[in-house]
Amino acid sequence: MALSQRYRLLAPLALVGATAIALTGCAEATPGEGGGDGDVKGATVRISGGITGTEADDLNESFAAFEEETGIKVEYTGDKSFEGNIVTKVTGGDAPDIAVVPQPGLLKTLVETGKVTEAPESVSKAVDENWSKDWKAYGTFDDTFYAAPMLANLKGYIWYSPAKFKEWGVEVPKTWDEMIALTDTIREKSGEAPWCVGFASGDASGWPGTDWIEDLVLRQSGPDVYDDWVSGDVKFTDPEIKDAFDAVGSIILNPDYVNAGFGDVKSINSTAFGDVAAKVVDGSCALTHQASFLSANFLDVKNADGEVPAVGPDGDVYAFIMPGYTEGELQVEGGGEFVAGFNDKAATVKVLEFMASPEFADARVELGGVISANKNADASLAGSEFLQEAMGILQDESTVFRFDASDLMPSTVGSGSFWKGMVDWVDGKATDQVLKDIHAGYEN
Amino acid sequence: MSLLTVEDKETAELPKTTHGVDAKGRRITQIVVVAGFVLIAAMLFLLIISAPVEDPARIALGPVSLNNFFLWLGGLPPLAQIPAVLIAFGIVVAIVLVLIEFAPRPGRGYFIMRLVACLVIPVIALMLLRPYSNAVLYVVAIALLSGALLFFADYRSRQGAGYLFQLILFMAPAAIMLLMGLIYPAIATFAKSFFDKTGEQFVGLENYIWVFTNPVGTWSVINTLIWALLAPTISVAFGLAYAVFIDRARGEKVLKVLVFMPVAISFVGAGIIWKFMYDYRQGDQLGLLNAIVTMFGGDPVNWLAVEPLINTFMLLIVFIWTQTGFAMVILSAAIKAVPSEQLEAAELDGTNAWQRFTNVTVPGIRSSLIVVLTTITIMSLKVYDIVAVMTGGRDNTTVLGFEMVNQQQRFQSYGHSSALAVVLFIFVLPLIIYNARSLTKQREIR
Repeated sequence: MALSQRYRLLAPLALVGATAIALTGCAEATPGEGGGDGDVKGATVRISGGITGTEADDLNESFAAFEEETGIKVEYTGDKSFEGNIVTKVTGGDAPDIAVVPQPGLLKTLVETGKVTEAPESVSKAVDENWSKDWKAYGTFDDTFYAAPMLANLKGYIWYSPAKFKEWGVEVPKTWDEMIALTDTIREKSGEAPWCVGFASGDASGWPGTDWIEDLVLRQSGPDVYDDWVSGDVKFTDPEIKDAFDAVGSIILNPDYVNAGFGDVKSINSTAFGDVAAKVVDGSCALTHQASFLSANFLDVKNADGEVPAVGPDGDVYAFIMPGYTEGELQVEGGGEFVAGFNDKAATVKVLEFMASPEFADARVELGGVISANKNADASLAGSEFLQEAMGILQDESTVFRFDASDLMPSTVGSGSFWKGMVDWVDGKATDQVLKDIHAGYEN
Repeated sequence: MSLLTVEDKETAELPKTTHGVDAKGRRITQIVVVAGFVLIAAMLFLLIISAPVEDPARIALGPVSLNNFFLWLGGLPPLAQIPAVLIAFGIVVAIVLVLIEFAPRPGRGYFIMRLVACLVIPVIALMLLRPYSNAVLYVVAIALLSGALLFFADYRSRQGAGYLFQLILFMAPAAIMLLMGLIYPAIATFAKSFFDKTGEQFVGLENYIWVFTNPVGTWSVINTLIWALLAPTISVAFGLAYAVFIDRARGEKVLKVLVFMPVAISFVGAGIIWKFMYDYRQGDQLGLLNAIVTMFGGDPVNWLAVEPLINTFMLLIVFIWTQTGFAMVILSAAIKAVPSEQLEAAELDGTNAWQRFTNVTVPGIRSSLIVVLTTITIMSLKVYDIVAVMTGGRDNTTVLGFEMVNQQQRFQSYGHSSALAVVLFIFVLPLIIYNARSLTKQREIR
């Protein structure tokens, strides 16, 4: 009796052992995904980022040729709240192989976690060849280069209706003063406010205003002041920044100039930034300031004939870069994504190399909707005349390019007090107080 | 302890299988269980401190994990996701039902089934969760050991080795989850609230000073207090008044449904609905409120930007709109439970309706009132959705629950976020204590 009892006890223990051995066996038998050096066939590289929807599908598709050639499977997964989640994920040990980071500020936070691997030599070399120094600098921290740029967008466009311009007999301005003169001319001819502005964007309301200020700082005081402003050496309360606010205020706080199709100055805060597209198309708004990506908003509206408006120099809408103070100088501000790797597996490195190459830029640009600052990519592949022109500007060596300042500042300022300050400013708060409030964000 | 009595009873029922009843057997059980526990704890510790393996894929146990399941699910077309989720859910329920039905039966076959379930379920569960994908061996070993230990203790206790071990073992999973999911995060949050943004440098009380001096922090505290004071009182007052007035009225059910319907709407949904009500623009009006204002010749008002406090009240209205129905339904049920004899007796004593209400009905529904009040207070303390959807915390409408997330997600400021969380916890604490005490008091009365 006692003996059988003991056996009954031993049975489960034996089973435990047997199962454990079986499980370890199959665990070890599972072939490694990373494999040895050079053997990358069948490996999967996971990329995550904030790009979702059709743009995410396009991104996945741009790897098709690469996947066929190398046998590496590239899996891009988009997350709408990527910016909020990625830091938690990375610090929690659940980093993807590669992350597509939309801001250098976030990239810096990720680098500070210590999990981002230094860019391989080959990627660093490719970036030297394909991008300008400015772009490489945005992926570099403490003299270590981490992340190559991916795609880009261009900010500081003034969207207008070429047909209306012809009707009024006016031309695209070449300097800031010409643009103010143009504004007055349009106001005389149409009897309405020429500009429309929209700051509303849910949680992020106010960001379109930061683009205005950044454009003016860059054009008035030049790239050096701009860089110092980004790093915090030039304060918001300094005269250079106040000058930029005053210049912007001469348009968007001027009841004679805004807010075409929506109401008075105060309606700026309640107008969604994308809603201006409809007003430009229907002719009630002559000029609006927004980045290249506003072109996507024109796809959702209809022109007088009930069709999707044509974007082109002779179409329903087109855009020019906000002119600087001296004719011929081209200072532009924009944004873009950066590709950060979290390990140095052979397959990951291969993908990083590919993403830094002109072939990747060509493959993605050809699918439409986006542009790249890759100098060796083919701008003629871009989806429209507008995008081709924008890509040409980005690739041009003589263009002074600066990254969106609010994306570079600490998030308490760049996506906190700066946004809020712009909203308060439009609501009628005094400029000096607004500047002080924005600067206070550095202490949060 | 009741250990002895239980043993006596068990031995009486199972006279033949006396294994483990004697002192020696008990000691063996004790040693095995304790040793098992120590081993599990040691392995958990090793698992946590073990550095990630260079190539995690090499020792991964296949691609099956909950995470991968969700990834796979996300890749399916939206309509195919519903049946997939239902099927997965159905399978789990079926397994549980089969186990409930067959596992307790006596007999060798069922014994093996019990045994297998005891060992396999923890393995599968841990594999599915797989917190550290590179530590498969640990995870499997822990699962197997805990399964075996569970089985052993259960088996021994049937033999009469004492139910204390059984109790501890079966409590262990829940206790560990509680420890990992509630107590550890609470302590970690408290600790983090004394460190700077990144959690590296000790800053003492600086984060708390920030909460009470920075406008963002002070407004979140002030607004939370306003929410916690006004939301429950107003919604309970409305709900109670409504419940009393429609009590035994004709069409009571329909009238109840009308007020109860908003309860079924999520806060996010309610926020979006009311955002349209408050919509502000110049020219043609979209929002009801401003349409009325302009109809009488007024200028449209940006309701969600009117400071101070007006915009917070506008948000409060949304919350009250959804919670009045909840208060009404519970209080209405309580009112119906007040004995009509008492009301009639009071009526015979010559009381008027108001006196009957305050002296008979209200004391009669006191416990329900407290439940409703405290529930709504706690809900209003942790409100997040309405603020996030409608204002995003702009124009000084932020509350603790929202600012806590905002600080962490947008500004990656873990210090501020944790301090806000601790302040919120301190606000909720008295309510919990009060609830717990009134609960024990009720038990004493019974």
